[in-house]
Amino acid sequence: MSLSTQPNDPRRDDITQPTLGTLGLLRFGWRQLTSMRTALFLLLLLAVAALPGSIFPQRSIDAVRTADWIARHETAGPILDKIGLFEVYAAPWFAAIYLLLLVSLVGCVLPRSKIHWKAMRSQPPKAPKRLERLASHESVTFDGTPDEVLEDVRAALRGGRFRIHSHDATTVSAEKGYLKETGNLFFHLALIGVILGMAWGHLMGWKGDVILPVGETFANTAARFDTLNPGPLVDTAAFAPFTMKLTKFDAVFETDVKGKGQFGSPRDFTAHVDFTKEPGAKVEKRVIRVNGPLETGSGTAFLLGNGYAPHITVKDAQGKVTYSEATPFLAQDNNYNSVGAVKVAGAGPAGKQLGFAGLFLPTAVLDDQGPRSVFPDALEPALALSAFEGTLFPGGRPQSVYSLDTAEMTQLKNKAGTDLLRIWLTPGQTYTLPGGQGSITFDGVERFAGISIRNDPGKELTLGSALVALLGLILSLTIRRRRLFVRVSPADEEGRTVVSIGGLAKDDDEGMGEQLEGVLTRLKERRT
Amino acid sequence: MTHETMANYANLSLYSAMAVLTLSMLGYAAYLAGWLPTRDAAATSVGAEVAAEDRELVSAGVGSMSGGVAPEAGVSTSTTSEVPLRARKAGGIAQTLALLGTVLLFASAALRGWSVERWPLGNMFEFGVAASLFTMMVFVIAGTRRDLRWLGVFVVAPVLILLGLANTVWYTEAAELMPSLKSVWLIIHVTVATISVGLFAVGATVALLYLAKDRFGETTGGFRVLRALPDSRALERFAYSLHIIAFPLWTFTLIAGAIWARQAWGSYWNWDPKEVWTFIIWVVYAAYLHARVTRGWRRQSASWVAVAGFACIIINYAVVNVYFVGQHSYSGL
Ligand code: HEM
Repeated sequence: MSLSTQPNDPRRDDITQPTLGTLGLLRFGWRQLTSMRTALFLLLLLAVAALPGSIFPQRSIDAVRTADWIARHETAGPILDKIGLFEVYAAPWFAAIYLLLLVSLVGCVLPRSKIHWKAMRSQPPKAPKRLERLASHESVTFDGTPDEVLEDVRAALRGGRFRIHSHDATTVSAEKGYLKETGNLFFHLALIGVILGMAWGHLMGWKGDVILPVGETFANTAARFDTLNPGPLVDTAAFAPFTMKLTKFDAVFETDVKGKGQFGSPRDFTAHVDFTKEPGAKVEKRVIRVNGPLETGSGTAFLLGNGYAPHITVKDAQGKVTYSEATPFLAQDNNYNSVGAVKVAGAGPAGKQLGFAGLFLPTAVLDDQGPRSVFPDALEPALALSAFEGTLFPGGRPQSVYSLDTAEMTQLKNKAGTDLLRIWLTPGQTYTLPGGQGSITFDGVERFAGISIRNDPGKELTLGSALVALLGLILSLTIRRRRLFVRVSPADEEGRTVVSIGGLAKDDDEGMGEQLEGVLTRLKERRT
Repeated sequence: MTHETMANYANLSLYSAMAVLTLSMLGYAAYLAGWLPTRDAAATSVGAEVAAEDRELVSAGVGSMSGGVAPEAGVSTSTTSEVPLRARKAGGIAQTLALLGTVLLFASAALRGWSVERWPLGNMFEFGVAASLFTMMVFVIAGTRRDLRWLGVFVVAPVLILLGLANTVWYTEAAELMPSLKSVWLIIHVTVATISVGLFAVGATVALLYLAKDRFGETTGGFRVLRALPDSRALERFAYSLHIIAFPLWTFTLIAGAIWARQAWGSYWNWDPKEVWTFIIWVVYAAYLHARVTRGWRRQSASWVAVAGFACIIINYAVVNVYFVGQHSYSGL
């Protein structure tokens, strides 16, 4: 006799097909897929398949680093790319594994649910003939007739929260721990809920990122985002029309502790915004912090990054302003060594466009190690730039705003023409370009906030399911399924009764004996 | 008291804990060694501290005179009351020192937290100390319910190695946290994660001892220490019971981490390397629980899956935290 309600019970294996026709093959395949061994294999496979995504850069997380990696590994890069190692979690083979696992799960759990449903409503099975054969077993003799004793046996079992049933006049069958299987089934079913929630979020959710320098305003329309990733079913025209203006950005860095790895570490970032729920609504003062997002009513605004946007002005030879913007530079490390580019799209002399690329250094030093920043706060800001002329957007290809595509540009030389031109500017300084190309001015520096706005309508389903799964898991792992059988028979002496009690549990149930003792103790208490 | 003095006291407490635990480990080793002579009735003359070479000599002796003696040795294995007085003394001292070491570790973590006015789980060094603390707590608490003196040396020694690493390679000065770590979810998520790591650590140790005992326990060769352990079925069951406490806690860690990820980074799952590994660990342990009840899988193979799970935990902490680029860059290195 087995306590198990698993579909791989031997009973099920008895269904043999006389000839394996197509149907037979299908049935065979289905049984294989929904077997415990396959589930185990798929689980281990899933663990292995998830691995490369933590080793190789992933396009969905950091496209730049991924492209960089592929470029640096000329032979391996494209091959690995082809088999999806840079998009592991969107790769077909990864999906195949978890979808198979899901099918296996459903195919395994639904029949189990049915069996368990029946088991919960049926009575504990008949007692085996020879109770002394069971792993835990005991016989005790009590005063009283078999009927009297049996009545107390029932009470003692009920006291142990067993469900009881008598199939005949001299035995009681008792069972408890149905919640174990219930919990287990809820756990497995809830995993499906988690996946559904994720899928829903993927289809109906969206996320957009925007870099917002202090003083500028963001309006929540698809076009205003620097990058926008809407799910396949998202109507990007229907975004709620809120706006927010970044009025102030606070950044605090560690200055007290000088130890390794701590000095200069970020300590607090706060973005102060003027939030307007919809055009015409009143302006609300809000803050967005790391760990403290702002609910906008259409997506949640998170503060995910920050950096510096030096304000740069470029004038042509006539003194006409051709470029004047707060230009975000992207921080590369903890000291905010930041890279960026200035693209003066208007035509320069002789139809040539001007471009500048280089570094922004919040606390700049210039020594034999080259220009670099030694602290993340803007204590001694400086710009270190090179200048180029030519075509800024060769072939109209999309390119990063933080770098120049210099394929069709030439780098300018210094006034003497002996060396490449290097421009070093501190706030307020202007540099006049050689050859009547005009001038470039570093007006001052602002901070920018990297804001990400995200909407995920599936998250509640995922969270709810995950919590149900956790609860089910706890039930499944802590509760024990146990059966006890009791038989009474008249003893040799007059007026005495032998109580035989045997317990059935899964092989490594250390507590079974205790259960049995518990029932006997309660029985003894009643008989004295 | 200034923050710096507090941090210094924290370190002092840590060094004391390491010293005390070293003594405790020696006590447990003496306990195991002291066991052996009674188990091998033939070797009564051997003292508590059996040197490695001696041990080989002794076991060779046992082998040559097997016959009549071995069955008696078998009988004595079943009763713990046979533990000789010296071993019992060593074991008792080791137990007390293990408790003291745990208290000192706790004090160290508490003082560190006090000195920085935050939960002391913000960098690799603090993880190391906390993981040691919880591993010791699991061992001490489990030890109140059953006799675990045989396990002591196998838990305390790795804990000492971990503390050594934390103190040298991973040491980070006491300081505040970076913004993404300032959250109650740090306390919830990381603390529960570290508690389950403690449980998994003891679980993996017991699983390995089970595998060793199962494989070499019956040989008369150089692995006689294994005979001082409980029988292999009991070991396997004990390992399982630790894992089924740890697994729901790890599941909770995963969920709490996702909630926090949404607070801090905007989306509850980003396939960040650290998340990937947390997930891999979860899946491997789920596979362990499955393997244990899958027909055609032996308990030994299932136990290897559990050991693999712990290997993943080690990788997650020692490699992923330090070398993999991701949003979880808080190792403080
Ligand atoms: C998404 C993948 C799955 C995960 C994460 C998972 C996880 C788990 C966990 C953690 C347990 C432990 C509960 C316990 O030991 O009582 C368990 C038990 C179980 N799982 Fe799964 N499971 C998965 C898929 C499956 C599939 C596909 C099947 C069917 C073939 C299955 C059948 C079972 C059975 C029968 C048990 C009960 C074991 C027992 O305690 O007797 N699981 N599962």
